[in-house]
Amino acid sequence: MGFFRQVLVIAAKDLRAELRTKEAINASLAFALVILVLFSFAFDPTEDTTREISGGLLWIVFAFAGALVLNRSFARELPNDCLDALIAAPISGAALFLGKAVANFLLVLAVELVSLPVFGIFYNVQWTSQFWELMLVLALGTWALTVIGTIFSALTVNIRLREVMLPMLTYPILVPALLGAMQLTTGLVAGRPIGPDTVAWLKMLIGFDVVYTAVSLVLVETVLVG
Amino acid sequence: MSAVAVDGVWKFYGDFPALRDVRLEAAAGSCLALIGRNGAGKTTLLRIMAGFSRPGRGQVRIFGNPPRETATRQKIGFIGHGISVYDELSALENLTLFGKLYGLADPRRSALEWLERTGLERVRNGLVREFSRGMRQRLAVARAFLHQPSVLLLDEPFTALDDRAIAVLQTLLRQALAEGKTVILSTHQLREALELASHVALLNRGQAAFCGPSTPEMVADPGLVYARYGEG
Repeated sequence: MGFFRQVLVIAAKDLRAELRTKEAINASLAFALVILVLFSFAFDPTEDTTREISGGLLWIVFAFAGALVLNRSFARELPNDCLDALIAAPISGAALFLGKAVANFLLVLAVELVSLPVFGIFYNVQWTSQFWELMLVLALGTWALTVIGTIFSALTVNIRLREVMLPMLTYPILVPALLGAMQLTTGLVAGRPIGPDTVAWLKMLIGFDVVYTAVSLVLVETVLVG
Repeated sequence: MSAVAVDGVWKFYGDFPALRDVRLEAAAGSCLALIGRNGAGKTTLLRIMAGFSRPGRGQVRIFGNPPRETATRQKIGFIGHGISVYDELSALENLTLFGKLYGLADPRRSALEWLERTGLERVRNGLVREFSRGMRQRLAVARAFLHQPSVLLLDEPFTALDDRAIAVLQTLLRQALAEGKTVILSTHQLREALELASHVALLNRGQAAFCGPSTPEMVADPGLVYARYGEG
């Protein structure tokens, strides 16, 4: 079976299992919506300064809500020792990692796409004016979050305090990607397209995704088998 | 060429040597019963043979190749302490998934065939989380045999099985041996194991204390190997 078919089989399996139990997606979505609504009470949505922190606010919510999905990624394999069966199967660690990353990406993206309209309503922001550029930034930032989160989910899967360890390991490495995504999102939500002053952040975000995806694909076999 | 060759394998957990210079071989078509007290290193050795972890020193070869090679993994079937199937998926979905991962030509047909052979065809669309323990064990057996492996590595396969599952497993193992497949099983249930085994290896505190053919004496008195080569 080809590499990409293996990736799709793993991603489909993870999505099917998650959609049956809804363990991670319900928790993640509820968390994201509650934080967005609570923060809307703390800030005056008519203030320009509120809009200027919108990128930061959104990405902090996405990062924390995403961690709830990412924590389950490899932990899902622990009951019944299913990870053993996946490691024993004649597929590469890279295919296993990429399949899980794709499933996580789609789940986190779904949470984000539901959160955005809620954000628009509660913060009185017309966030759709640069819709496609915002979707591009959302996809790049979410891939950065999921690729780092998935590799650390594999690394921490056998640790008893993995729910605590995963965010502690993930967020420091994510800082450059989160900074870029926050800067770009703030501008796009305010209606400013990506221009010469912000394009460097976009390039950095793309570079981050490429580098960390490549590093994770190389390291995952060692992470899983030692 | 040996089907499975373990050559001077050491495994350390921290400073503790769980395996110490273990050497043993299993010829193609043979059945090796790996016996030993709790903590002797049976599970660690089987996991290294299956490619789940790497030895600290030494090497394992399956038909002359390292166990982590993709082509080698295709030849190995493993049953560990867990059943290694997903509770959220149905029996048919589980087997079809592993059929796809092992690159079977028609995963669904193979899955249906093995569900029938293990007596699970009536519950093929039931979620595994709703299965009884015996049904889950039979599904685990089906998963391990699904891709027609040449080498079966079974870690205490008779533990917690009901009578029906034991009968299914023994029948499948006899068929596998008759087809020339190699079986290595660790167990505390010496009588069941020695009925099948052509060879016996005794692990004692991480060392292979004995490795040789199973004899009628051993089958008649399963404690004999422990008494003679172990700690009594």
